[in-house]
Amino acid sequence: MKSSVITFPGSNCDRDMDVALNKFGFKNKMVWHDDIELPKSDLVVLPGGFSYGDYLRCGSMASKSKIMQSVINFAKSGGLVMGICNGFQILVETGLVPGVLLRNKYLEFICKNVFIRVDNKENPYFKNLDKDIFEFHIAHNEGNYFCTRDQLKEIEDNSQVAIYYCNNKGKIDEQFNPNGSVKNIAGILNKEKNVLGMMPHPERMIDQSLSGEDGSIFFKNLINNLK
Amino acid sequence: MKVSAIITLKKDVLDPQGKVIHQTLDGMGFKDINEVRQGKYFEIDVKEKDPIKAKNVVEDMCKKLLANLVIENYKIIETQ
Repeated sequence: MKSSVITFPGSNCDRDMDVALNKFGFKNKMVWHDDIELPKSDLVVLPGGFSYGDYLRCGSMASKSKIMQSVINFAKSGGLVMGICNGFQILVETGLVPGVLLRNKYLEFICKNVFIRVDNKENPYFKNLDKDIFEFHIAHNEGNYFCTRDQLKEIEDNSQVAIYYCNNKGKIDEQFNPNGSVKNIAGILNKEKNVLGMMPHPERMIDQSLSGEDGSIFFKNLINNLK
Repeated sequence: MKVSAIITLKKDVLDPQGKVIHQTLDGMGFKDINEVRQGKYFEIDVKEKDPIKAKNVVEDMCKKLLANLVIENYKIIETQ
Protein backbone atom coordinates (compact mmCIF):
# COMPACT_ATOMS: atom_id res chain seq x y z
CA MET A 1 0.00 0.00 0.00
CA LYS A 2 1.31 3.40 -0.96
CA SER A 3 0.67 6.59 0.94
CA SER A 4 1.63 10.25 0.58
CA VAL A 5 1.95 12.83 3.33
CA ILE A 6 1.78 16.45 2.17
CA THR A 7 4.16 18.86 3.90
CA PHE A 8 3.08 22.51 3.99
CA PRO A 9 5.23 25.31 5.36
CA GLY A 10 4.46 25.07 9.07
CA SER A 11 3.35 21.41 9.13
CA ASN A 12 4.84 19.73 12.20
CA CYS A 13 3.17 16.32 12.44
CA ASP A 14 4.19 15.26 8.94
CA ARG A 15 7.19 13.20 10.08
CA ASP A 16 5.25 11.58 12.95
CA MET A 17 2.66 10.52 10.37
CA ASP A 18 5.45 9.20 8.12
CA VAL A 19 6.81 7.08 11.01
CA ALA A 20 3.32 5.77 11.83
CA LEU A 21 2.44 4.88 8.23
CA ASN A 22 5.75 3.13 7.61
CA LYS A 23 5.53 1.25 10.92
CA PHE A 24 2.26 -0.39 9.89
CA GLY A 25 3.28 -1.32 6.37
CA PHE A 26 2.59 1.66 4.12
CA LYS A 27 5.29 2.71 1.67
CA ASN A 28 5.08 6.41 2.40
CA LYS A 29 6.31 9.35 0.35
CA MET A 30 6.63 12.92 1.58
CA VAL A 31 5.21 15.42 -0.90
CA TRP A 32 6.01 19.14 -0.88
CA HIS A 33 3.08 21.58 -1.09
CA ASP A 34 4.56 23.33 -4.11
CA ASP A 35 4.62 20.12 -6.20
CA ILE A 36 1.93 19.72 -8.78
CA GLU A 37 1.75 15.98 -9.23
CA LEU A 38 0.71 13.54 -6.57
CA PRO A 39 2.67 10.24 -6.57
CA LYS A 40 0.55 7.13 -7.09
CA SER A 41 -1.12 6.61 -3.70
CA ASP A 42 -3.75 4.52 -1.98
CA LEU A 43 -3.98 7.09 0.81
CA VAL A 44 -3.14 10.80 1.02
CA VAL A 45 -2.66 12.39 4.43
CA LEU A 46 -2.82 16.09 5.27
CA PRO A 47 -0.90 16.26 8.56
CA GLY A 48 -1.23 18.43 11.65
CA GLY A 49 0.69 21.60 12.35
CA PHE A 50 0.37 25.28 11.71
CA SER A 51 0.42 25.62 7.92
CA TYR A 52 1.19 29.19 6.86
CA GLY A 53 1.30 30.19 10.51
CA ASP A 54 -2.49 29.80 10.74
CA TYR A 55 -2.74 33.19 9.00
CA LEU A 56 -6.18 34.47 7.94
CA ARG A 57 -7.99 31.28 9.02
CA CYS A 58 -6.37 27.96 9.89
CA GLY A 59 -5.86 25.94 6.73
CA SER A 60 -7.13 28.65 4.38
CA MET A 61 -3.82 29.32 2.61
CA ALA A 62 -2.79 25.66 2.49
CA SER A 63 -6.12 24.79 0.86
CA LYS A 64 -5.08 26.97 -2.11
CA SER A 65 -1.53 25.61 -2.49
CA LYS A 66 -0.45 23.96 -5.75
CA ILE A 67 -0.59 20.32 -4.67
CA MET A 68 -4.12 20.71 -3.34
CA GLN A 69 -5.69 20.73 -6.80
CA SER A 70 -4.27 17.24 -7.33
CA VAL A 71 -5.42 16.18 -3.87
CA ILE A 72 -8.94 17.49 -4.58
CA ASN A 73 -9.04 15.67 -7.93
CA PHE A 74 -7.78 12.50 -6.22
CA ALA A 75 -10.53 12.79 -3.58
CA LYS A 76 -13.20 13.49 -6.18
CA SER A 77 -12.22 10.38 -8.10
CA GLY A 78 -12.74 8.30 -4.94
CA GLY A 79 -9.19 8.30 -3.50
CA LEU A 80 -8.74 8.15 0.26
CA VAL A 81 -7.78 11.49 1.82
CA MET A 82 -7.36 11.83 5.57
CA GLY A 83 -6.79 15.19 7.29
CA ILE A 84 -5.63 15.22 10.90
CA CYS A 85 -5.92 18.39 13.04
CA ASN A 86 -4.58 21.17 10.77
CA GLY A 87 -5.21 18.71 7.93
CA PHE A 88 -8.89 18.67 8.96
CA GLN A 89 -8.88 22.48 8.93
CA ILE A 90 -7.41 22.39 5.40
CA LEU A 91 -10.09 19.91 4.30
CA VAL A 92 -12.96 22.11 5.47
CA GLU A 93 -11.39 25.07 3.67
CA THR A 94 -11.31 23.10 0.41
CA GLY A 95 -14.97 22.20 0.89
CA LEU A 96 -14.23 18.46 0.62
CA VAL A 97 -15.91 18.00 4.00
CA PRO A 98 -18.69 20.30 5.24
CA GLY A 99 -18.52 22.83 8.08
CA VAL A 100 -15.71 24.88 9.63
CA LEU A 101 -13.44 24.77 12.69
CA LEU A 102 -13.71 27.78 14.99
CA ARG A 103 -11.60 28.91 17.96
CA ASN A 104 -12.06 26.63 20.97
CA LYS A 105 -14.97 27.76 23.08
CA TYR A 106 -12.88 28.76 26.11
CA LEU A 107 -10.09 30.32 24.00
CA GLU A 108 -7.47 27.88 25.27
CA PHE A 109 -4.99 25.79 23.34
CA ILE A 110 -5.92 22.25 24.39
CA CYS A 111 -3.26 19.56 24.59
CA LYS A 112 -4.38 16.33 26.26
CA ASN A 113 -5.63 12.79 25.74
CA VAL A 114 -9.33 12.42 25.05
CA PHE A 115 -11.71 9.54 24.42
CA ILE A 116 -13.55 9.32 21.16
CA ARG A 117 -16.34 7.03 20.05
CA VAL A 118 -16.51 5.69 16.53
CA ASP A 119 -20.04 6.18 15.33
CA ASN A 120 -19.93 4.98 11.81
CA LYS A 121 -18.01 1.93 10.61
CA GLU A 122 -19.43 1.91 7.09
CA ASN A 123 -16.27 3.46 5.66
CA PRO A 124 -12.72 2.38 4.81
CA TYR A 125 -11.23 4.08 7.88
CA PHE A 126 -13.15 2.40 10.70
CA LYS A 127 -14.61 -0.70 9.03
CA ASN A 128 -13.83 -3.97 10.89
CA LEU A 129 -12.61 -2.30 14.10
CA ASP A 130 -13.63 -4.53 16.99
CA LYS A 131 -13.91 -1.72 19.51
CA ASP A 132 -15.70 1.63 19.50
CA ILE A 133 -13.94 3.72 22.13
CA PHE A 134 -10.42 4.99 21.54
CA GLU A 135 -8.02 7.14 23.51
CA PHE A 136 -6.34 9.63 21.19
CA HIS A 137 -4.41 12.83 21.72
CA ILE A 138 -5.63 16.29 20.76
CA ALA A 139 -3.56 19.48 20.47
CA HIS A 140 -5.35 22.42 18.93
CA ASN A 141 -6.63 25.97 19.29
CA GLU A 142 -9.28 25.80 16.56
CA GLY A 143 -11.11 22.50 16.87
CA ASN A 144 -14.57 23.79 17.63
CA TYR A 145 -16.53 22.17 14.82
CA PHE A 146 -19.37 24.31 13.53
CA CYS A 147 -21.88 23.98 10.72
CA THR A 148 -25.26 25.45 9.90
CA ARG A 149 -28.44 23.71 11.06
CA ASP A 150 -29.22 22.61 7.51
CA GLN A 151 -25.70 21.23 7.09
CA LEU A 152 -25.94 19.35 10.40
CA LYS A 153 -29.16 17.72 9.31
CA GLU A 154 -27.59 16.68 6.03
CA ILE A 155 -24.48 15.37 7.80
CA GLU A 156 -26.54 13.32 10.22
CA ASP A 157 -28.95 12.06 7.56
CA ASN A 158 -26.00 10.82 5.50
CA SER A 159 -24.19 9.30 8.53
CA GLN A 160 -21.18 11.53 7.96
CA VAL A 161 -20.18 11.97 11.61
CA ALA A 162 -17.16 9.70 12.00
CA ILE A 163 -16.27 10.19 15.66
CA TYR A 164 -17.55 11.99 18.77
CA TYR A 165 -15.79 13.16 21.95
CA CYS A 166 -16.95 11.00 24.87
CA ASN A 167 -15.80 9.64 28.23
CA ASN A 168 -13.96 6.36 28.80
CA LYS A 169 -17.29 4.51 28.79
CA GLY A 170 -18.33 5.99 25.45
CA LYS A 171 -20.86 8.42 26.89
CA ILE A 172 -21.31 11.44 24.64
CA ASP A 173 -22.09 14.51 26.72
CA GLU A 174 -21.31 18.22 26.76
CA GLN A 175 -19.05 17.74 29.82
CA PHE A 176 -16.71 15.56 27.71
CA ASN A 177 -16.59 18.11 24.91
CA PRO A 178 -13.13 19.72 25.05
CA ASN A 179 -13.64 22.58 22.59
CA GLY A 180 -17.34 23.38 22.21
CA SER A 181 -17.83 21.56 18.91
CA VAL A 182 -21.40 21.01 17.70
CA LYS A 183 -22.81 17.77 19.17
CA ASN A 184 -19.32 16.70 20.38
CA ILE A 185 -18.23 16.07 16.79
CA ALA A 186 -14.51 15.22 16.56
CA GLY A 187 -14.38 13.95 12.98
CA ILE A 188 -16.42 14.13 9.79
CA LEU A 189 -16.57 12.17 6.54
CA ASN A 190 -17.63 13.41 3.14
CA LYS A 191 -20.82 12.04 1.61
CA GLU A 192 -18.96 9.35 -0.31
CA LYS A 193 -17.00 8.35 2.87
CA ASN A 194 -13.58 8.44 1.21
CA VAL A 195 -12.48 11.71 2.82
CA LEU A 196 -12.02 11.87 6.60
CA GLY A 197 -11.18 14.93 8.69
CA MET A 198 -10.58 14.61 12.42
CA MET A 199 -8.99 16.65 15.19
CA PRO A 200 -7.45 13.77 17.23
CA HIS A 201 -3.97 12.48 16.34
CA PRO A 202 -3.85 8.67 15.95
CA GLU A 203 -0.15 8.95 14.93
CA ARG A 204 0.71 10.02 18.49
CA MET A 205 -0.56 6.71 19.92
CA ILE A 206 1.51 4.12 18.13
CA ASP A 207 3.87 2.98 20.84
CA GLN A 208 3.51 2.09 24.52
CA SER A 209 6.21 4.64 25.31
CA LEU A 210 4.11 7.30 23.56
CA SER A 211 1.32 6.93 26.13
CA GLY A 212 -0.82 4.43 24.27
CA GLU A 213 -1.42 2.08 21.38
CA ASP A 214 -4.93 2.95 20.22
CA GLY A 215 -3.36 4.59 17.16
CA SER A 216 -1.65 1.29 16.33
CA ILE A 217 -5.06 -0.41 16.28
CA PHE A 218 -6.36 2.29 13.94
CA PHE A 219 -3.45 2.10 11.46
CA LYS A 220 -3.25 -1.73 11.45
CA ASN A 221 -6.96 -1.87 10.70
CA LEU A 222 -6.69 0.86 8.05
CA ILE A 223 -4.01 -0.92 6.02
CA ASN A 224 -5.92 -4.22 6.26
CA ASN A 225 -9.04 -2.48 4.96
CA LEU A 226 -7.10 -1.16 1.98
CA LYS A 227 -5.49 -4.48 1.00
CA MET B 1 -6.84 52.01 -6.39
CA LYS B 2 -7.35 51.10 -2.74
CA VAL B 3 -10.33 48.97 -1.83
CA SER B 4 -11.29 48.23 1.78
CA ALA B 5 -13.26 45.23 2.90
CA ILE B 6 -14.46 44.07 6.29
CA ILE B 7 -15.19 40.49 7.21
CA THR B 8 -17.56 39.84 10.08
CA LEU B 9 -18.86 36.66 11.71
CA LYS B 10 -22.44 35.79 10.85
CA LYS B 11 -25.01 36.53 13.51
CA ASP B 12 -25.57 33.00 14.82
CA VAL B 13 -21.86 32.13 15.00
CA LEU B 14 -20.38 32.22 18.49
CA ASP B 15 -17.61 34.83 18.87
CA PRO B 16 -15.70 33.94 22.04
CA GLN B 17 -13.09 36.66 21.43
CA GLY B 18 -15.80 39.31 21.15
CA LYS B 19 -17.31 38.00 24.41
CA VAL B 20 -14.00 38.29 26.28
CA ILE B 21 -13.44 41.82 24.92
CA HIS B 22 -16.96 42.69 26.06
CA GLN B 23 -16.26 41.38 29.58
CA THR B 24 -12.95 43.23 29.78
CA LEU B 25 -14.48 46.51 28.61
CA ASP B 26 -17.23 45.98 31.16
CA GLY B 27 -14.64 45.47 33.89
CA MET B 28 -12.94 48.71 32.84
CA GLY B 29 -16.14 50.61 33.46
CA PHE B 30 -17.74 50.59 29.99
CA LYS B 31 -21.09 49.40 31.28
CA ASP B 32 -23.33 50.36 28.36
CA ILE B 33 -22.37 47.61 25.89
CA ASN B 34 -24.95 45.25 24.43
CA GLU B 35 -22.52 43.08 22.48
CA VAL B 36 -19.01 43.08 20.94
CA ARG B 37 -18.31 41.22 17.69
CA GLN B 38 -14.76 41.05 16.36
CA GLY B 39 -14.02 41.08 12.64
CA LYS B 40 -11.22 41.59 10.11
CA TYR B 41 -10.32 44.58 7.98
CA PHE B 42 -8.44 44.44 4.66
CA GLU B 43 -7.02 47.29 2.64
CA ILE B 44 -6.12 46.07 -0.83
CA ASP B 45 -4.30 48.20 -3.37
CA VAL B 46 -5.23 46.87 -6.82
CA LYS B 47 -3.84 47.92 -10.19
CA GLU B 48 -7.33 48.37 -11.63
CA LYS B 49 -8.28 52.06 -11.93
CA ASP B 50 -11.98 51.72 -12.58
CA PRO B 51 -13.75 51.78 -9.17
CA ILE B 52 -16.52 49.36 -10.14
CA LYS B 53 -14.10 46.84 -11.65
CA ALA B 54 -11.76 47.21 -8.65
CA LYS B 55 -14.63 46.54 -6.29
CA ASN B 56 -15.59 43.44 -8.27
CA VAL B 57 -12.04 42.08 -8.12
CA VAL B 58 -11.92 42.47 -4.33
CA GLU B 59 -15.37 40.97 -4.00
CA ASP B 60 -14.09 37.91 -5.87
CA MET B 61 -11.13 37.74 -3.46
CA CYS B 62 -13.52 37.87 -0.51
CA LYS B 63 -15.57 34.99 -1.89
CA LYS B 64 -12.58 32.82 -2.79
CA LEU B 65 -10.16 33.39 0.08
CA LEU B 66 -10.65 36.29 2.48
CA ALA B 67 -13.98 35.12 3.90
CA ASN B 68 -15.31 31.67 4.66
CA LEU B 69 -18.94 32.10 3.68
CA VAL B 70 -20.11 29.32 5.99
CA ILE B 71 -19.45 31.55 9.00
CA GLU B 72 -18.51 34.99 7.70
CA ASN B 73 -19.98 37.88 5.73
CA TYR B 74 -17.96 40.41 3.77
CA LYS B 75 -18.66 44.00 2.90
CA ILE B 76 -16.73 46.33 0.61
CA ILE B 77 -16.75 49.54 2.59
CA GLU B 78 -14.62 51.97 0.66
CA THR B 79 -13.00 52.50 -2.72
CA GLN B 80 -10.57 55.32 -3.31
